[in-house]
Amino acid sequence: MSDWRLSAAIAGGGALGSLARYGASVAAAATMSGPTVWGTLSANICGSFLIGLIAIWAARRFPPPLVAGFLVTGFCGGFTTFSVFSLETLMLAAGGQWAGAAGYVALSITSWLGAVWLGWEAGARLFPARS
Amino acid sequence: MADFLPVLSVALGGALGAVLRHVVAASVTRWLGHGTLGTLAVNASGALIIGGAAGLALGPDGALASDALVWLAGVTGVLGSYTTVSSFSLQTLELVHTGRFSWALANIAASLILCLSLASIGFALVLGVRLAA
Repeated sequence: MSDWRLSAAIAGGGALGSLARYGASVAAAATMSGPTVWGTLSANICGSFLIGLIAIWAARRFPPPLVAGFLVTGFCGGFTTFSVFSLETLMLAAGGQWAGAAGYVALSITSWLGAVWLGWEAGARLFPARS
Repeated sequence: MADFLPVLSVALGGALGAVLRHVVAASVTRWLGHGTLGTLAVNASGALIIGGAAGLALGPDGALASDALVWLAGVTGVLGSYTTVSSFSLQTLELVHTGRFSWALANIAASLILCLSLASIGFALVLGVRLAA
């Protein structure tokens, strides 16, 4: 498979994932006041759940590399973001909201890891191993 | 349509960021032999750059100009997509699944400490240069 086709699949997934994350942030800002980390947090939780689900599906059903690249590297990668999470934490701390910053980090790390575990376990039941 | 340009900026930036992440993460993974380090490399470098971008975009009122098209393309799009939580979560779960609990904890600690401190350093450096200029 030529490399540009994989790059195009990743670019397409990354564009869609980023748009979904942007949509979540706009929706969170429209419905809540104050510093809005909820859009990024929900994107990172949903993306972690999705990658767990897709990873076990891919391990058992062997999708074509282009499909896996689009979904995992493209969509899930573009949907979730470590850099915006880091910046939001920094801005909370810089604004003197140390408890908010610490709470955001603790809530993020536990919910991301809980979500990827849930996605993996859900996938393990949805896509049983074929013997 | 009023919303067309912001949407286009995020989409194009997000497409570019995802391809950059793929190239950088794959290179670092080949070089150091573990995918977790490829993800750590993109997240750490993206954190340094986003801190710098925030230092540039900080207005006199202390707020970030985060609805400007250049921010939507460069930060929400490119940097947002260049870095990833999903791969970090999956790789940490895989370390747990293979019984390497201390490596899972090390990955969590290294990611948080590196990314948060590099974002702060990028922010402070750019702000310092702006104030000195």
